[in-house]
Amino acid sequence: MLVHTAFDRAEQMIRHWSDAGCPVVVHVDRNVGQATYDAFVAAVADLATVSFSPRFRGEWGMWGLIAASQAASRQLLAQFPDIRHVYLASGACLPLRPVAELQAYLDARPDTDFIESVTTGDVQWTIGGLDSERFTLRFPFSWKRQRRLFDVFVLLQQTLRLRRRLPKGIVPHLGSQWWCLTRRTLTAILDDPRRVEFDRYFRQVWIPDECYYQTLVRLHARHIESRSLTLAKFDFQGKPHIFYDDHAELLARSACFVARKVWPRADGLYARFPRPPVEDQAQPEPHTGTIDRIFAQAVDRRTNGRRGLYMQSRFPFMDRENGFTAMPYSVLQGFDDIIPDLADWLTAQTRVIAHGHLFAPDRVYFAGGGTTYQGGLSDNARLRDYNAKMFLTNLIWNARDQHQCFQFGPSDNQPIKWMLTKDTQASVWVVTGAWAVSLFRSGRSASDVRSEAARLQQVENRFLNALRSPEARSRRHIMTLAEFLESPIDVLQGIMDDMVGHRAATLKKPPAMVDLDGFAQFLQDLKNQGMHPYLAGEFAAGDAMQTSRPRPRKPYVIAKK
Amino acid sequence: MLKARELRAVQNRTGKIRQDDVLLFCTFRNEDQRLPYFLQYYRDLGVDHFLMVDNDSDDGGQDFAAGQPDVSLWHTKAGYGASRYGVDWLTYLQDTYAHDHWALTVDVDEFFVYPFCDTRPIRALADWLDASQVRSFGALLLDMYPKGPVSAQPYLRGDDPFKIAAWFDTGNYVINRNGLLRNLWIQGGPRARMFFANKPRQAPALNKIPFVKWQRAYAYVSSTHMMLPRGLNLVYDQNGGEKTSGVLLHAKFIDTFSARASQEAARAEHYASGREYKSYEARHGADPDFWCEWSERYVNWRQLEGLGLMSKGNWA
Repeated sequence: MLVHTAFDRAEQMIRHWSDAGCPVVVHVDRNVGQATYDAFVAAVADLATVSFSPRFRGEWGMWGLIAASQAASRQLLAQFPDIRHVYLASGACLPLRPVAELQAYLDARPDTDFIESVTTGDVQWTIGGLDSERFTLRFPFSWKRQRRLFDVFVLLQQTLRLRRRLPKGIVPHLGSQWWCLTRRTLTAILDDPRRVEFDRYFRQVWIPDECYYQTLVRLHARHIESRSLTLAKFDFQGKPHIFYDDHAELLARSACFVARKVWPRADGLYARFPRPPVEDQAQPEPHTGTIDRIFAQAVDRRTNGRRGLYMQSRFPFMDRENGFTAMPYSVLQGFDDIIPDLADWLTAQTRVIAHGHLFAPDRVYFAGGGTTYQGGLSDNARLRDYNAKMFLTNLIWNARDQHQCFQFGPSDNQPIKWMLTKDTQASVWVVTGAWAVSLFRSGRSASDVRSEAARLQQVENRFLNALRSPEARSRRHIMTLAEFLESPIDVLQGIMDDMVGHRAATLKKPPAMVDLDGFAQFLQDLKNQGMHPYLAGEFAAGDAMQTSRPRPRKPYVIAKK
Repeated sequence: MLKARELRAVQNRTGKIRQDDVLLFCTFRNEDQRLPYFLQYYRDLGVDHFLMVDNDSDDGGQDFAAGQPDVSLWHTKAGYGASRYGVDWLTYLQDTYAHDHWALTVDVDEFFVYPFCDTRPIRALADWLDASQVRSFGALLLDMYPKGPVSAQPYLRGDDPFKIAAWFDTGNYVINRNGLLRNLWIQGGPRARMFFANKPRQAPALNKIPFVKWQRAYAYVSSTHMMLPRGLNLVYDQNGGEKTSGVLLHAKFIDTFSARASQEAARAEHYASGREYKSYEARHGADPDFWCEWSERYVNWRQLEGLGLMSKGNWA
């Protein structure tokens, strides 16, 4: 048993193993003060089968831990000639099941070595970007204490292409450092005639406690079960996850023999485990599925996080995110100039949340028309514009179980122009020049609206330039007003399919559209005033627009991806 | 350390502090109503010792605090504003008593919530942060409010304030990054929505770094919003991951507020000369109703985690 801290718990565990009839050799880290050590030795002096081995400095990732377990193993094997399996544990290891059950389990498998041992190509849990290199470079410096020297020395070797030669016959294997080996295998490793050569090699390998026994066991063992009997999970920094009282149920259901590492003050766990023996029950095999999943989720949350969430402990550089927002959403520009009831109609058709103009200059037009919206968003335009990007990321995050869409246009404030362009979650549909319809319907003459038309066209054109720029990554569908009016049903069907996938109903007739009688003449008047509304597309002068008239379906090719 | 001269020890029990103890630092003025529940809440979390500065209270709270076996109390008559809202006094105490301790710095109306706080004592968090080589821990200041006018439900001494102020805004917080000190600047919530909609830049800051493995060289810069050295402000991940973080439930809006708001505005000493209180009084009189149909009722930390207001990070 390796011990370096929490001596009261270590003593408790020593007594536990010892009471169950297991001799224990204890290694106490040399960094522990002499007084503490003496007190600890005295505390377990009443136990006849407990002894202490020579002390080494057991620094993480360094050779000391191997030296310690070698010496302790030799002492254990020599003192107790009748033991068959040796279990490497630590003071923070907690047996979950009675030791008798472990003994019975090992009795049934007398020749099996339990040690996780996999080749380097098959593991992903390497730290510092080093995997196979930990066997081919030298690591005389501590990663924790001498990080700069460590890094420089690694870089130096990489630059000079220095490579170590592996001892003949060695195939590097890695695995959990908590093993349970048979006397036969352990003796063979310790007494190997080439041990000096192996030790010299592994002394400068990185983290030898994860590869020394794991590699050498492959030379000697008759039957290897490549798994650890100790349940130990590691986080993304390679540091062990810690078990607390609230893990009790999980641990109980795992049926593992030993768990590590346990928080020394987890009184609930220490009171509950090891569980008392159960009579007449089939001995379950350890299975760690649920625990694996929970800790894998924790690592994922720490490394990837929840997409589209911005908060006090997650604030990614926006340009590094693959999608700024939590969910796909749709932006509709120009459609509500032609279809005034668009939002209500879309909601009735598809049940998506259809907002009005969220970025209107006067206020935010939320779906439902309220002054506040999900999450407590306010309809105040100044508050929105103070951080428009986060207004949008909040909006999408707050209703992330639903698809949302909103109306946009050249008369709206444009601070999110580039966000809509770059966000892979956005689906942007634009009918260009549709603002002319609203001007037309205002009843004002072409000469009155001329400058307003020019302004709107300019703003819309800037947005289109952004959407067509190389940085654009959102899904874009751009068509002129004339193109839209050719086949509105097809376009609307495309929007609905895009929003809700295959669940969208097939459209039989378009929603109510505005009457465009005289619109072509209006455009011509604008041109006559010297303002060319080119974004609207081609309308023949004098052509009476009868949008309610059924027209033949045309092939549907409008999407610009 | 001139501020040290302004402090007079009323009851110094710091001799009781053991090597691993988690310490709490707090300044208060006339908070007798709140103190009993405050102390109980943090005792239940496992705080070992309270180091408190009484800013010249006259409501008996100072005697109550001095009588607690785990409280060390100092007294000062000096101005709260002149001492950077109490930070200077606490910095002196932290440098003297908190070196190498985990130190929680909160106001009497701030209640710390961290992942697993219902099953794991604060010592577990401290040990885990130590093992992860993390020195500081961030939290969002979450304004809690009742349903209906704030004054409608009286708060009784010793009660859980969140039985009254049970509601909060879930998703209207916006973040800017302070390039100089690298901290995030978070604003939003009910106060931004109700009082600062037309001057959002002035809305109060909600980013806090309340829990720190204290070293003598450390200092809070502005309340507990940001720290020096500035590396301590990096309580957030910048590559998409989530660091472990918590929430400070803010029990500001319970019925002691009305009286207090007028008092504070008159003293003009609170943050930016009481700007917040003034704008608030001008618009809403003394009795606001923050509640809206999207307000969420507080349940537990798991709810806040799910909403994205805090994160477990890789603590599991």
